[in-house]
Amino acid sequence: MSIQAPRYARLLAAQMRASTLLLLQYRFDFLVDGALEILWAGTALVPFFVVFHARESVAGWSFGEALLVTGWFILLQGILEGAINPSLTSVVEHIRSGTLDFVLLKPADAQFLVSTARFQPWRATNVLTAGVVFVYAFHLLGRPPSPAGVLAALLLLLSSTLLLYSLWIMTVSAAFYVVKIDNLSVLFSSIFDAARWPSTIFRGVLSFVFTFVIPLALMTTYPALALLGRLSGATLALALGGAIVFAVLARMVWIGSIGRYTSASS
Amino acid sequence: MIAVRLSPTLRALPTLFAVSFAEAVAYRAEFLVWMLSNTMPLIMLALWSAVARDAPVGRFGQKEFVSYFLATFIVRQLTSSWAAWQMNYDIRQGTLALRLLRPIHPMLMFAVENLAAQPMRLLVALPMAVIWLTSVGAAQMPREPLSWALLVAAVLGGWAITFCANFAIGCLAFFMESSIKAMDVWLALYFVFSGYLIPVELFPPAVRAAGDWLPFRYQIGLPVELMTSAHDRAAAVALLWRQWVWVGIMLAGAIALWRKGQQRFAAYGG
Repeated sequence: MSIQAPRYARLLAAQMRASTLLLLQYRFDFLVDGALEILWAGTALVPFFVVFHARESVAGWSFGEALLVTGWFILLQGILEGAINPSLTSVVEHIRSGTLDFVLLKPADAQFLVSTARFQPWRATNVLTAGVVFVYAFHLLGRPPSPAGVLAALLLLLSSTLLLYSLWIMTVSAAFYVVKIDNLSVLFSSIFDAARWPSTIFRGVLSFVFTFVIPLALMTTYPALALLGRLSGATLALALGGAIVFAVLARMVWIGSIGRYTSASS
Repeated sequence: MIAVRLSPTLRALPTLFAVSFAEAVAYRAEFLVWMLSNTMPLIMLALWSAVARDAPVGRFGQKEFVSYFLATFIVRQLTSSWAAWQMNYDIRQGTLALRLLRPIHPMLMFAVENLAAQPMRLLVALPMAVIWLTSVGAAQMPREPLSWALLVAAVLGGWAITFCANFAIGCLAFFMESSIKAMDVWLALYFVFSGYLIPVELFPPAVRAAGDWLPFRYQIGLPVELMTSAHDRAAAVALLWRQWVWVGIMLAGAIALWRKGQQRFAAYGG
């Protein structure tokens, strides 16, 4: 593994370069996409302003605090749509048309290859938007986050990315069993939409589902709590551990599913 | 003259419906995923109930919010259309040529295809309607036949606006490459102003007044409000008038764009 690491790093760089070159051909799209991204972020914020116009706090969250959750949502959405969605959507197409053969023949791990096949660098606009939201939120709160809080939040960013990626790998693995699932990504994003609100608004079954089954709470609410300095060390450790468990599970599901792959033609 | 031209179309309609319905059934798994993707009203339901836990917002208590957003879920199912994406695909791929060859106006064909999927949509909408009725809706649903008629007209009008907008934006693919992006802009405005995320009553007065002049609020908001008996008779009729004026505007726009765009169409491939 240690000998492999530099090779995979080079491979990742090559894949990213290829994606960027591909996208540089469509420069006009970049502007349009960027503008659309801001419009969408705006629509995400409208209910927010209306809700907090009516109330000082909702489910224990003040306006500034809840804004942090939305900031994390915008950030993770950027990661999801910039680095995770595009690659894994192309896997589904590979599986359906049988061209996954060519990927499997290459002398590198297939999961790595398919996961890094395509990036959308334009989605970096989301990172900027999230940054603006964070700054505004802390301006409202009237105090900066503590260094320990920032560190914990960054650790949680890693674990959230890992969680999103693992959930996606498991979803995509379904493509080996059911053929036409390209709209699963739409379903996935629509469920992920729930993550833009603090998880305490959900009660009962939904609260359980969003913490343990589809751990949306871990992805946006916990990092926001960490920035506010309200997340305990134990919860942080549990969140990180949970992400690793999900990743291992996803790897197992992927290996199990790829065994079912039988190419497409003839 | 018109009767002679109309009758083959009318005779073809039942078959077109049957074929389109069979298509929806054939891709049922995919279709189900599409329908389940419209979960936003349920998320908004959770959110707004949390907001109203302590005290009502305007005239909306927790119960009213539950009722409003379950109704929104149902109305969204019944008024959906995806003709913009179909048109975009057909124009890009050149498969629109096949539609042009048939002796029926393509707009009518798209309409039939979208409508024929309704029985499948009812599979999701009906259980939700039962939940709505048994939990909160029974007290709010329209009581008189005339109110029911207005509701049906509002749902039809909502669908017609959605479909015509889809078709018109689909026609933009004749003129520009990114008609899907135009659709994204439309959708963003639609989500905000239609009452899909926020009941239009809760907007600040200025935004609300602007929303009354835009088509979006007549796509979701009006049918939902009539379903939950939010208006008295006079107000309902007045809003319904505005809705159908929008239907007329959208229909005229869609037909005009189609006429202009069709002349630019060149099928790709051999």
